Amino acid sequence: MATSAKNAKVNPVSAQTQSESLGDSHKKSTSHDISGAEIVIRCLNAEKVKFVFGYPGGAVLHIYDEIFKQNGFKHILVRHEQAAVHAADAFSRATGEVGVALVTSGPGATNAVTGIATAYMDSIPLVVISGQVPVPAIGLDAFQEVDMVGITRPCVKHNFLVKDVRDIAATIKKAFYIASTGRPGPVVVDIPKDITAHKTSFHYPETVEMRSYNPVLKGHTGQIKKAIKLLLEAKRPMIYTGGGLVLGDGATELVKLARILNYPVTNTLMGLGGYPATDKQFVGMLGMHGTYEANMAMQNCDVLIAVGARFDDRVIGNPKHFLSQKRTIIHIDVDPSSISKRVKVDVPIVGHVQSVLAEMNALLATEVNQTGKSTKNDISDWWAQINEWRKVHGGRYEMSDTVIKPQYVIEKLWEVTKGDAYVTSDVGQHQMWAAQYYKFDKPRRWINSGGLGTMGVGLPYAMGCQFADKNAQVACVTGEGSIQMNIQELSTCAQYGLPIKVILLNNRYLGMVRQWQEFFYENRYSESYMDSLPDFVKLAESYGHVGMQITKPSDVESALKEAFAKKDKFVFMDFITEQSENVFPMVENGRGISEMILGDEKKESK
Amino acid sequence: MKHIVSLLMENEAGGLSRVAGLFSSRGYNIESLTVAATEDPTMSRMTIVTSGSDEVIEQIIKQLNKLIDVIKVLDLNDGKYIERELMLVKVKATTPHREEMKRMCDIFRGRIIDVAYGSFTIELTGSGTKLDAFIESLDKTAILETVRTGASGIGRGDRILKI
Ligand SMILES: Cc1cc2nc3c(=O)[nH]c(=O)nc-3n(C[C@H](O)[C@H](O)[C@H](O)COP(=O)(O)OP(=O)(O)OC[C@H]3O[C@@H](n4cnc5c(N)ncnc54)[C@H](O)[C@@H]3O)c2cc1C
Ligand SMILES: Cc1ncc(C[n+]2csc(CCOP(=O)(O)OP(=O)(O)O)c2C)c(N)n1
Ligand SMILES: [Mg+2]
Repeated sequence: MATSAKNAKVNPVSAQTQSESLGDSHKKSTSHDISGAEIVIRCLNAEKVKFVFGYPGGAVLHIYDEIFKQNGFKHILVRHEQAAVHAADAFSRATGEVGVALVTSGPGATNAVTGIATAYMDSIPLVVISGQVPVPAIGLDAFQEVDMVGITRPCVKHNFLVKDVRDIAATIKKAFYIASTGRPGPVVVDIPKDITAHKTSFHYPETVEMRSYNPVLKGHTGQIKKAIKLLLEAKRPMIYTGGGLVLGDGATELVKLARILNYPVTNTLMGLGGYPATDKQFVGMLGMHGTYEANMAMQNCDVLIAVGARFDDRVIGNPKHFLSQKRTIIHIDVDPSSISKRVKVDVPIVGHVQSVLAEMNALLATEVNQTGKSTKNDISDWWAQINEWRKVHGGRYEMSDTVIKPQYVIEKLWEVTKGDAYVTSDVGQHQMWAAQYYKFDKPRRWINSGGLGTMGVGLPYAMGCQFADKNAQVACVTGEGSIQMNIQELSTCAQYGLPIKVILLNNRYLGMVRQWQEFFYENRYSESYMDSLPDFVKLAESYGHVGMQITKPSDVESALKEAFAKKDKFVFMDFITEQSENVFPMVENGRGISEMILGDEKKESK
Repeated sequence: MKHIVSLLMENEAGGLSRVAGLFSSRGYNIESLTVAATEDPTMSRMTIVTSGSDEVIEQIIKQLNKLIDVIKVLDLNDGKYIERELMLVKVKATTPHREEMKRMCDIFRGRIIDVAYGSFTIELTGSGTKLDAFIESLDKTAILETVRTGASGIGRGDRILKI
């Protein structure tokens, strides 16, 4: 597949000419030549990669031999390739850098696919290097051969099969460039084993220019001006931001904009932390499990500005219902295909959030200076309405002094960590409670799988975060179903001494599935009970970690304090929580986002 | 509505599967797809005949542009264009129908490129609708075999797809 540098201008161009016959390049090696495997390492060093998450195997042994000899980056040996990719993914989410994973051919490669697809759905920049059988063996059903480029095509931003040692450097350069620019995403570089043995000279290109790939950075000024005019004339404005604001590091500019305008802000699940949750202009997350006020404001606003958010089906509910209310939509997104995909947009602005928002803020400032007019648009009626909505549900849940409420654990987690932890989660009810009750004030602190919703990400995500920031508090909020999908990583955490705190909200159910079965399948809990659970305390201890089981609400806070006081220990906290607790508010499938179930009515109908 | 989309992409292995994969994974219609290298051998040009609402076509164009190897995309339906397709048809041609068959071929400006004892092979170029019309006008039992290349398209006048 697309491998060679021949069609892209790569500067400075490798001294080697491309006209030599392909197969025998390795025979013409000179004393300056190094192996493909060493080139891979040198490229990663040139990219200043700090961690490579991986797992060895036959096809990548040459590369592992070079890893043994170098100390430019640290290799983290996981226990399953899926976890390698998740950890690299979380490292990227936490730092903004490109995450790197390395896996062998065949089963190593297929194990990595879930991780790649997870990163793809949430637009996370990764470079995944996979080993491949030697070029002459490709297509012959060789041992551990799998068509990695074919398998990953629908879930990568791009992928490459490198068939010539002289293409390795340019391809890796392109991979990092493609992964991290425009709408970010994972890039797979599949390298046959013989290519890593062949030798050539090494030149790492400093820049890449590709005639077929030129992501837009700057927004169209005319469109931006139009947007500002609309915003200033709005009666019921709403700012809706998503993962793109976090990925594009646009939070500072957004806070500026929101403060100038004094407009309400909501975040998607992926966008949490993009606007400080403790700020009074924040109305909470929106969507299927969003707050009453966020969903009502989203439905009833007259001017909506979407910033790096993609009108997901879990966000707008039934599109017909959403469109039944007239509103003008401004949409900032770096990917033109995100715009007008599910909802027709009036003012599209293709560009990077940071650059577009900065231009907006600058234009707003000059507008004030030149016209003397204030940008303070009076929307006090709208705020009054929103404050009424705030009282309707207000995130309440029933407390109990006998059984632990999962929401309570998260509230206490927020207090004990002073709102400053990296919080990763798995997928299910616990994920929603973490999103609803941990108030994220900073971007890149909330790490979860939104688009693919991959159970099993929580623990490897926590590893990625802890490597990203070794002194930070890292909490992994999980369920007893999800944690078992990558539980083997307890071993990796032991090997590297990662002081992660696992917050297991143990409801003995695949709770999210159970909730749907309760609501839509008349309580027929088909295969959603989690039987034969391990003793998590002993399990954790068997790896040398600290295990705790907490059963009483009165112990929650003290246990959390005790755990987080163990600064250098991995602590596994098994909270035995209310089994039948449901996530509210909830928008049922096919309903409009303003048609929420708030909880009380469900209880009555039971 | 039917649309003809032309695109230029890097002439590299797997390019075709990226485009075909995009259409199948996103559920877009694909009526025909033709591809060959251009005068610049580093590029290939594709013509895709597809159909869908305006919104779907807009997404198709955007998604094609998003493929890293795609250099340029043009919806030919945005302006004037010419569309040509080649078809080979093998028909029964036994007396007394041989003359009739030849006349039909002439009317459609086809050429008989192979003659055998009981059959003709006719070569016909034109728009897809012209080729359809030819097939329509033949006695179905006379058709032994047909093969079509799928459409190639090009803009009229100075509408040029080039980098
Ligand atoms: C159990 C479960 C329940 C869920 N419930 C909810 C819910 O209640 N509410 C909710 O919101 N989600 C929910 N989700 C998540 C949902 O499925 C989607 O993943 C999420 O809503 C998408 O977030 P987003 O719109 O911010 O888009 P993202 O997937 O984060 O996409 C980011 C967008 O920003 C753009 N972008 C990226 N970088 C830049 C840049 N630099 N500049 C400009 N644009 C950029 C991208 O092109 C893309 O369009 C749930 C998921 C699960 C698993
Ligand atoms: C890999 C994978 N398989 C299945 C699902 C479907 N699913 C979504 S949530 C869920 C239940 C999760 O249970 P648990 O981890 O105990 O969390 P809880 O909902 O109980 O908090 C399931 C099975 C999924 N998201 N991912
Ligand atoms: Mg559970």
